[in-house]
Amino acid sequence: MLPARVTRFYGVLAAAILLIVPPASGASSDSNPATGDAIVVGSIGDASRLLPILATDSASGDIVGLLFNGLLKYNERLEVVGDLAESWSVSEEGLTLTFTLRPNVRWHDGVPVTAADVRFTYEQLIDPAVRTPFSSGYELIESLEVLDARTVRIRYREPFAPALESWMMGLIPQHLLEGQDLNTTPLLRKPVGHGPYRFVRWNTGELIELRANPDYFEHRPHIDRYLYRVIPDPATLFLELLTLGVDSTSLTPLQYARQARHPRIERAYHTFRYPSFGFTYVGYNLQDERFKDVRVRRAFGQAIDTQAMLDGVLYGLGSRATGPYPKESWAYDPSVAPAPYDPKAATALLAQAGWEDRDGDGWLDHDGQPFRFTLLTNQGNEVRRQVAELVQQYLKAVGIDVRIKVIEWSTFVHEFIDKRRFEAVLLGWNLSRDPDLYDLFHSSKTKEGEYNFGGYANPEVDRLLEAGRREFNRDARRRIYQDAHRRLAEDQPYTFLFVSDALPILSARFRNVVATPIGIGYNFIDWYVPREQQRYRALMQP
Amino acid sequence: MMTYVVRRLVGTLPVLFLITLISFGIMHLAPGKPTDAAMSFNPKVSLEARQRMEALYGLDQPLMVQYRRWLGRMARWEFGRSFLDDRPVGEKIAERLPVTLTINLASLALILCIAIPLGVVAAVRPGGVFDRLTTVLVFIGYSMPSFWLALLCLVGFGVVLRWLPVSGLHSLDYESFGLLRRGLDAAWHLLLPVLIAAFTGLAGLSRYMRSSMVEVLRQDYIRTARAKGLSERRVLFHHGLRNGLLPIITLLGLSLPDLIGGAVIAETIFSIPGMGRLFYDAVMARDYPVVMALVTIGALLTLVGNLLADVAYAYADPRIRVGAEPR
Repeated sequence: MLPARVTRFYGVLAAAILLIVPPASGASSDSNPATGDAIVVGSIGDASRLLPILATDSASGDIVGLLFNGLLKYNERLEVVGDLAESWSVSEEGLTLTFTLRPNVRWHDGVPVTAADVRFTYEQLIDPAVRTPFSSGYELIESLEVLDARTVRIRYREPFAPALESWMMGLIPQHLLEGQDLNTTPLLRKPVGHGPYRFVRWNTGELIELRANPDYFEHRPHIDRYLYRVIPDPATLFLELLTLGVDSTSLTPLQYARQARHPRIERAYHTFRYPSFGFTYVGYNLQDERFKDVRVRRAFGQAIDTQAMLDGVLYGLGSRATGPYPKESWAYDPSVAPAPYDPKAATALLAQAGWEDRDGDGWLDHDGQPFRFTLLTNQGNEVRRQVAELVQQYLKAVGIDVRIKVIEWSTFVHEFIDKRRFEAVLLGWNLSRDPDLYDLFHSSKTKEGEYNFGGYANPEVDRLLEAGRREFNRDARRRIYQDAHRRLAEDQPYTFLFVSDALPILSARFRNVVATPIGIGYNFIDWYVPREQQRYRALMQP
Repeated sequence: MMTYVVRRLVGTLPVLFLITLISFGIMHLAPGKPTDAAMSFNPKVSLEARQRMEALYGLDQPLMVQYRRWLGRMARWEFGRSFLDDRPVGEKIAERLPVTLTINLASLALILCIAIPLGVVAAVRPGGVFDRLTTVLVFIGYSMPSFWLALLCLVGFGVVLRWLPVSGLHSLDYESFGLLRRGLDAAWHLLLPVLIAAFTGLAGLSRYMRSSMVEVLRQDYIRTARAKGLSERRVLFHHGLRNGLLPIITLLGLSLPDLIGGAVIAETIFSIPGMGRLFYDAVMARDYPVVMALVTIGALLTLVGNLLADVAYAYADPRIRVGAEPR
């Protein structure tokens, strides 16, 4: 469900919009920040594999993001910029990418990072014996040439703009991994990277410790140590916040709305709030005659009071979705207005589509059949269960009988979604920063196991999604995806409900924490703690 | 005696085989695949990539082939590698075992130290004030949800009083401590988990001890002992306790597999990476090799525990030993 691993470090530390920040913690003009101290991050889950191309869970992604860099990264304005690549270019027709590496980057063991490492990383990604799920992003590559120690040229079979995001994949060291079985190499547990932090130790299920890399090519991070504590129980995690046992974690909406208002927490922490890249939706099986009619889908959009849903279920910690993009995305079209909550208009639309209560039993009917369907959702997601119940209530008010079925995740995916045995589903998508939606809405992606499971097919949208993949120019891409956004809002293959907020909390002693559209974690190496406020100073023996 | 043990050992093999076969079947009947968590419903992971991963883990093979492969590896005492992180299963278990064993042994020792005297004294006057008081007390412990008690203790001792750490196994700078300080640090962190496990587990043993002692104290030889003019202490602890302990020995034998089984909920609340979480996470992730290894070891220990209990019983009670000895 998670997008490219590059975005994951921000899962814990990021914030795109800083809502509640006392002035003291804002950007500091301190030109000589103090080094030292440690940050203790609390996480529900432990990491599993600490190599970028094999790190599939979010905890591994958090750690790997500090140990390894990619050729490219997103800057604070969500633009693609060079990371390990000092410069890079896209050829005229979009078929060739050329990267030139920075000259001064070294692996943590002192060996320089070279173009050969890029090739090695690519070879491992496409090696069928390597257990990486990320191979799909590299299938369109025709060849990858090492021109010299610092330059690689990559040719594509067709122009593929999302490829840029795929080069945010962390590079892995050829000199340490060559000839090894990548699936079982000891480096999975003891990684050697080139990023701002170096690996120190990993006590399984307990703690991962990283230490600042003094030779990092940008500059040495000011925070000396990064400690990742595994605390599986949210209640315990909260007690650790109360005793200052962790400096940073992400909160649930309930914790944010209620517990984080505890005076002890308000004194010692700052909370952040920013939209996640993803949305919750009701998806329809468009093979179903009833949902084929766009009037029915639009009526549903008007019959559901999304704002009340947000306030009730997420304590208002989210925003209404008008389409697949959050407001922070450059592909978001601000001209698309959310459908107003208007049950009367919904009833009228349904009547136009032939759905009226002719027999007076309180339920709409058509050809003698009452409007009754089952809304499926997956087990273990309390928010979705509550949202499903609200959808049921709102649709009942316009005369539609909704049955809710909550199903265990694997069964849900394999037996119902993959086999198209559903009428409507309540689900969510987490998306990457790149606005490509080919897999979700292109009419070719309807095979079993693919993600246009509703069977949406609109030739115009198909054309836009294809064009968006071939276009590298951001302004041109913006126009394409904004167009797609408008058309999806019109067609409503999904009823787009809301974008929930990510809710990180961070100890107030950290300075230089800047709010940007991509979050707060992007400049983590610039954070510091004034000497007199450092908590872990006494423990800092090298 | 030896032949008896050997015969019993041989008898356990088919049972063990059946246990593994059934567990393997149930595990694979459960919906979902190990590759689901990381790969399904991720638009960045193509269908082909998913199918390739399944083939790499051998999940595309028929169930019987998978079981045969697993059995073949087991015959060489190889548990295979975890699907979750590709580490050898043995290594993963070895990493978790010490802390779980420590907690379980410590709480078991504590339970024995408290439950035996408690049961004996309560049995002296069944229905007396002490008996009733301890009954109420141990059943409070027995019926109290341990997660609730654990959270209350965390809030009380960890947050309000700040006497004990809230969670975890070690202090952050454990590695830099000397040996003595390391020991103290570990004890400090394990105090609450052990105390809570002991408190909630007290009921069983102390009740067994009590009823067995009540039974024993009614016997003729106890009256004889008293008639001989022995002190009450000697009657209780020398003549009474030795006989009263027999059911406890059986119970201890049967609890052998519990020693390596961790309590998932307690481990989760205290953030202790023990066997309970290993098993729970493996089941949730459909990490078949880890699940099968733990099930097999658990089954093996149960069978061995039964055997040990019988042997110990025979040792403690000459009548059984004589009866079992084939002539």
